[in-house]
Amino acid sequence: MKGSRAEEKIMSGCAISGILNRKGNRFSGEEIIDSIALMHDRSNGLGGGFAAYGIYPEFKEQYAIHMFYDDLDAKEEVDYFLNRHFNIVVAEKIPTREVDKVSNPPIIWRYFATPNEQKLAESGLADDEYVAQSVMNINANYRGAFVVSSGKNMGVFKGVGYPEDIGEFYKLEEYEAYLWTAHGRFPTNTPGWWGGAHPFTLLDWSIVHNGEISSYGANKRYLEMFGYKCTMQTDTEAITYLFDLMLRKHKLSLESAVKAVAAPLWSQIERMEPKEKKIVTTIRTIYGNALLNGPFSIILGHKDGFLALNDRIKLRPLVVAEDKERTYVASEESAIREICPEPEKVWTPRGGEPVIGLLEGRRGV
Amino acid sequence: MSLDYKVPEFIIERDRDKCIDCQVCERQCANQVHIYDQDLEKMVAQDIDCVNCQRCVKLCPTNALTIRENPSEYKKNKNWTGNMIENIQKQAASGGILLTGMGNPTAKKIYWDHILLNASQVTNPSIDPLREPMELKTFLGRKPDQIEFDESGELKDLPPQLELDIPIMFGAMSFGSISINACKSLAQAASDLGLMYNTGEGGFHEDLYQHGERTIVQVASGRFGVHNEYLNAGAAVEIKVGQGAKPGIGGHLPGEKVGAEVSKTRMIPKGSDALSPAPHHDIYSIEDLRQLIYALKEATDYKKPVSVKIAAVHNVAAIATGIASAGADIIAIDGYRGGTGAAPTMIRDNVGIPVELALAAVDDRLRQEELRKNVSLVVSGSIRNSADIVKAIALGADAVYVASAALISLGCHMCQKCYTGKCNWGIATQRPELVKRLNPEVGAQRVKNLITGWSHEIKEILGGMGINALESLRGNRLMLRGIDLTDKELEILGIKHAGK
Repeated sequence: MKGSRAEEKIMSGCAISGILNRKGNRFSGEEIIDSIALMHDRSNGLGGGFAAYGIYPEFKEQYAIHMFYDDLDAKEEVDYFLNRHFNIVVAEKIPTREVDKVSNPPIIWRYFATPNEQKLAESGLADDEYVAQSVMNINANYRGAFVVSSGKNMGVFKGVGYPEDIGEFYKLEEYEAYLWTAHGRFPTNTPGWWGGAHPFTLLDWSIVHNGEISSYGANKRYLEMFGYKCTMQTDTEAITYLFDLMLRKHKLSLESAVKAVAAPLWSQIERMEPKEKKIVTTIRTIYGNALLNGPFSIILGHKDGFLALNDRIKLRPLVVAEDKERTYVASEESAIREICPEPEKVWTPRGGEPVIGLLEGRRGV
Repeated sequence: MSLDYKVPEFIIERDRDKCIDCQVCERQCANQVHIYDQDLEKMVAQDIDCVNCQRCVKLCPTNALTIRENPSEYKKNKNWTGNMIENIQKQAASGGILLTGMGNPTAKKIYWDHILLNASQVTNPSIDPLREPMELKTFLGRKPDQIEFDESGELKDLPPQLELDIPIMFGAMSFGSISINACKSLAQAASDLGLMYNTGEGGFHEDLYQHGERTIVQVASGRFGVHNEYLNAGAAVEIKVGQGAKPGIGGHLPGEKVGAEVSKTRMIPKGSDALSPAPHHDIYSIEDLRQLIYALKEATDYKKPVSVKIAAVHNVAAIATGIASAGADIIAIDGYRGGTGAAPTMIRDNVGIPVELALAAVDDRLRQEELRKNVSLVVSGSIRNSADIVKAIALGADAVYVASAALISLGCHMCQKCYTGKCNWGIATQRPELVKRLNPEVGAQRVKNLITGWSHEIKEILGGMGINALESLRGNRLMLRGIDLTDKELEILGIKHAGK
C-alpha cells in the first residue's frame, strides 16, 4: 500500500466527532468538517476521515464498496475478484479535488454491487457474511488494495492529512447524510498510510476511535477464533470486528455488547439485582476477551444510529449534546458548540456508560 | 562387604563460641545428624546424614550452625561430574533406581527468565491499583461460544464454573505425600482467599470436607479414596493422567507412610504400599478418556467441571486438543520442572518439556481449532513468583497451579528428600512428632500472606501495563518480549524479541 501497511501495532491519540439527525433528515458534510476542524491540535496531519450514512439513496439496495489501490495492477486484480463474486451496478472513481495539503493519494474507487447469486448460493452464506468475508479476503490477500468501506447507503472518506483538508479533498459538502462521524489522528509513529486513517468499517459498522487499547493482543487472538483476520495492526479494526461479532453474528443487544466491551466492575455486579447480575456475569464470563482495556472513546456508527462509549474508568474525553433534531458527540464540548452554540442539553457520560443515539422509530442497532 | 564410597554431601560447621550445647538441633533432626556426646560433653554432628533442610540452622537459638556444600572436589570433568560419579556409586552399592523429591533442579533454560513484561508510557496511562479497581477474578470451566437463551427468552445457565478471586490454585498434593497439617493449611488458605485446593490422589480426609467448595478432588490411576461422596464433596473433579515430574509413570507411597488416617482416607490396608499404575487401566485411548469424563459428570450430575491434568510432553498440543474435544472443561498442563514427593531422578530430569513452550503450543493449537474460547487452561510446573504467573497468563493460561512455592511458604527448604518421610518441617511426613511441628493455623496464614503479596504484585504489573482486568491480559502476548532466545524459541512462544 502507498506508504506501506504497518508491520507493528500503531499507537495514536485523536479527536472524534459525530452528528446524528434523529429524524433522518440529511445535511451536508460542512458542519462535521467545521466541528472536527476546531480540534485541529488533537491531530497531527497524519490521518483524517469521515463516515456518512444515507448518502447513496439511489443505490440503497447495493453494497457501496469504497476502495484504495496503490496502482492499476492492484485494481485489476481486485476488479477481477469483484467481477467474479459480485454483480456490479456502477464502478467509478470517487470524485476528489486538488488540495495543497493532501498529497500522494491512492487510486480511490467505489463500486455499487450485490453478491453474485450463484456464488452466494454455493457459499451457503447470508449476504452480509458473504460480503464480510470478501472484504477480509481482499484486505488480507490482495497487496496494494484496501477496502475502505462496504456498507449499504453509506461510505467512508479518509486519508493522510488533517481531517478538514481530507473533507475538502473528497468534496464532502456535496454529500448529504443523516449521520456523520469524523476523526482526526495523532499517531506516535506511522507509515502515513491512507488505509490506516479512521473510520474503520465492516459492512454498516464504522468506528472512529480515540485511544489505545492495552488489551489489543487479547482481543485480536480472540477474534481470530471466530474467523476474523486483524491485518491493519490497529485497535480500531479489532473494535469494529468485536461489535460485528457480538451484534451481527451473536445477536446481542447493543446494551449487552457494551457490558462486554466496557464491562461493569465485579464489585458493581455484586450489587446488582439477581436477574441483571446473572446476565452481566454470564456476559463477562463468556466475552471476557472482548473487554476493551485501556483508554478509549469511540463512536460506533450504524445505519440506525450510533453508540458513543468511553472506557470504564474514563481515560479519554467524550461530551454529548442534544437539540431538537440532533444528537452530537465529540472529544471536546467546543467542537459541538462550534456548530450548535446553544444545545438544549450537554453532558459528559461516565466511564463505561453508553450513549446511544437512534433514528426515530428504531429500537436498537 | 565392599567399601561404601559415600561421602557427606554437606558439611556442618558449628561455631563453638556460640554453641551452648542446648540440644535443640538434636531434638529437631529426624535424620539424627546432631548427637550430644556424653563423654565429650558437647554436641557433635554426623555430616553424612545431613540433607541440608536448614531446620537446625533456623532453630538454633544462638545461630551457631552453618551448613555448606562439601567443598571436596573430584578432578574437573564437564562430562563425568561429581554428581554423575556419585549416582553410579550409589547404584553400584544398591542396585536400585535413583530416587529424588521436588522439581527438576538441572541447569536447563528457564524460559520465564527469558521473557520480559511491558509497561505503559505516555500514549496510554498506567493505572495505580491503590486508587483504581484492579480485577483478577477468573472463571474456570466450559464456556459456550455465545450467550444463549431458551425458547421463553430466559438466559440459559452457564455450565458449572470455578470462581477464583485470584488466578491461582494449589496444585495436587495428596494426603500421604504431605501431612494432614500441610493439607489443612492449604485448604484453609484456599477457602479464605477464594482459590482452589487440590486433593491429589490421596482421598479427602474428613477434616477437610468443610472446605469442599474450595476443593478439586482428584481421580488418578490408583483410584485411592474415590467414591461417590468423594466426587460430590468437591467443587470440581480432576482426572490426573500425568505429572510433570514423572510423565509416563505411576506413583508409589511406601507402606510405612500408610498409617491409620492415610489408610482410612485412601481406603487401603494399613501399612500397604499405595501403588498408582502408570496408565489408568480404563484409559487406553482418547475415547476411553471421554467415557471417564462423562462417567464423572454423570456421577456429579453435571454440576461440577471436570479437569484433565497431563504432563507436558512432546506432542502436548495435539493431546490437549483431543482432551478438549473429549469433553474436558479444564485442561491442566504440568511442565517438566513440576514438583513431586518422589520420582526416579532420571525420569524427573529427562522426561517432558518446559511448561512455557507447552503452554504456548497448546494455547496456539486450541485457538487454531477454535476450542480455546470454550475450554479453560491451567498450567503448573514451577511457578516461582508473581511475574511467572503474569507471563503464564499473557502466554495464554487462565490460571496456574502453585505447589512447591506454597510448601516453601509452609517451611519447605527444598532439600528434595520428601520421599524419605523424615521432613523436619512437618510437611512431607506422616510421623506424628514431625507433623505436629506444622501448626495448620500458622501455616494457613503464611500461605495466605504469600498469595496476598503475589496478588498485590500482579495488580501492580497489570496497572503498569494499563490493564485493569485480568481477562485483558489472557493470551495477550504483545505484552511479552523475549531476551536471549532463538528465532525458533520466539516462534514457538509467539512473542517478539526485546527491541522489536
